[in-house]
Amino acid sequence: MRVDINDLSVEIAGNRLVHDITLAAEEGQVVGLVGPNGSGKSTVLRCAYRALRPAAGTVLLGGEDLHAMAARAGARRLAALPQESSAEFDFTVAEVVAMGRLPHQRGPGPGGGGLWGKALRGAGGSRGSGRSRGAGSGGTGSGSLGHASLDARRICADALARVGAAHLANQGFLTLSGGERQRVLIARALAQQPRVLVLDEPTNHLDIAHQLDVLALVRDAGLTVLAALHDLNLAAGHCDVLYVIARGRIVASGAPHDVLTPQLLADVFGVRAHRVRHPETGAVHLLFDRLDRHDHQERGTQP
Amino acid sequence: MTTSAAVDADAASAAPRRVALVPLTAVLGGVLLVSLVCGVGLGASGVPWGDVLHLLRAGLTGGTLSQDEAAAYTIVWQIRLPRTVLAAVVGAGLAVTGVAVQAMVRNALADPFVLGISSGAAVGANAVILLGAFSALGVWALSVSAFGSALAAMVLVYAAARSAHGLTPLRLVLTGTAMSYGFSAVTTLMVFSADRGEAARAAMMWLLGSLGGATWGSVPLAAAAVLGGTAHLARSARRLDVLAMGDETAAALGVDAGRLRGELFVVTAAVTGAVVAVSGAIGFVGLMVPHLVRMVVGADHRRVLAVAPLVGAVLLVWVDVLSRVLLAPAELPVGVITAVVGVPCFLLLMRRRGYAFGGR
Repeated sequence: MRVDINDLSVEIAGNRLVHDITLAAEEGQVVGLVGPNGSGKSTVLRCAYRALRPAAGTVLLGGEDLHAMAARAGARRLAALPQESSAEFDFTVAEVVAMGRLPHQRGPGPGGGGLWGKALRGAGGSRGSGRSRGAGSGGTGSGSLGHASLDARRICADALARVGAAHLANQGFLTLSGGERQRVLIARALAQQPRVLVLDEPTNHLDIAHQLDVLALVRDAGLTVLAALHDLNLAAGHCDVLYVIARGRIVASGAPHDVLTPQLLADVFGVRAHRVRHPETGAVHLLFDRLDRHDHQERGTQP
Repeated sequence: MTTSAAVDADAASAAPRRVALVPLTAVLGGVLLVSLVCGVGLGASGVPWGDVLHLLRAGLTGGTLSQDEAAAYTIVWQIRLPRTVLAAVVGAGLAVTGVAVQAMVRNALADPFVLGISSGAAVGANAVILLGAFSALGVWALSVSAFGSALAAMVLVYAAARSAHGLTPLRLVLTGTAMSYGFSAVTTLMVFSADRGEAARAAMMWLLGSLGGATWGSVPLAAAAVLGGTAHLARSARRLDVLAMGDETAAALGVDAGRLRGELFVVTAAVTGAVVAVSGAIGFVGLMVPHLVRMVVGADHRRVLAVAPLVGAVLLVWVDVLSRVLLAPAELPVGVITAVVGVPCFLLLMRRRGYAFGGR
């Protein structure tokens, strides 16, 4: 599913954080957002997973306005890994992954009923409530409930297996290492069965092997991906298209190595960059050094 | 795992769960029934067990009683039973609102009173106890005034905590805590300026919680609030799970955290208000029971909300029995016993199990 962000502007408490952002991700493309700290990458992504409402502009999923959709309908198309990954309570991995099914569950309120809800619904003759609604009489209703839950379980188990974390299902989420947590959160996103995946710094706090793993997983998911990344070499190596954001505006976009020129890296990130070829794969890598102060001032781009 | 338990586990994994839910709730339901009967039988004046069952059955089925059973019948049906039932209702209500508030403000230290509702109720209750307000309402004055001021406190806290992003956890906790201090100051001022020592003692009793004033009249509103609140929260269980993972994650899963928190605030405040109005501010149950239950069944709110009300009910029935029996014929404040019984029991469980309260 393609994603189009058109003329997006966001204001928080009267401050305009991003200005007229326009970007597009074709079906199945991995699109990276890069830029210095505070440039507005996260702000753009937060609009995409509806944690923020834009002051102007639209986010279109397959041509439909995300912010005009019901929240759950949006969450069925687009899943996200926000930067926060705190859980206040001791959920198991399986429970965390199962949360990904929430947007798919019909039910009384957007809830889905526990034991009491079920008991009360039973007592009330399951009037008009919940999953039995589309399934005809009470008898078949409870049957379809069983199927729905079996499906959901299979989807969650598949998702965990795809990220190679099936063995963690019964562990407490809080006991996991950073790399394991990130895998589990990707599994939760996959359990959402989305068409678009939004990732905010998915490789933060991970060692290099886990960084490569996570990005490979994301690539292999076959979804349209929008990701904010700090590591420019990782971004260049794993994204089809890069957008560079600086001070809330997009300043460059295109194929990674057309975009990440030494000139742009000096202007936007304030670093001196050298391109080198990987001796075996021939891939282009960037090496960075501090930019000398007077270099800076000659260019006159940095405050 | 039984078929019904499998259906109940819904979208969760195929993995074995910590404790099978259906047998656990069935056992707890049985324990609650037995506890209710014990609660009726035990007290300052002993009623033989045979008589308790006989009188309960007689009251339910409309049998005839002899003349000399009348006094015991009154004790059982007009004094002990409403009190014991109310203890169960209040215990269940405090446990359930404790679960909801902890998820709502995403803080393991929270309890139903952190929102300032009970301190608000205390103002109304003490206005009646100490100043004789609303005397036109007769025996209802205390409950009505306490509930009314609980609702007023709810509106105040909500209005003060609300921001452009809905209710955020920190604002909610800080506002609730700050308002609590304000309400407590008003209560303290009333106690301080009361010239009758007896009234100050009654005020103290209310602040620590007591079911001594229970009549059948105080049961329906509290029971309706607790049942309705529990049903609503159970229906919201999955959203509570998601809320505990953070507002950003909730948004990504199609849940508007600010709005959900507002909804939960109204529900928990109404239940807390209704419960506190008939029992005073019974501490510790709302903090301890949710954690106790999570240690056994895990953090999944569908499971926690199925078990917590039963545990809360059983706990408070027995605490109330102790409050009547220990210093009979005098009564101990319930809050004293919940703390004395609860703290060691809680510490013991905490040390035995690898339970993460919220972070390791």
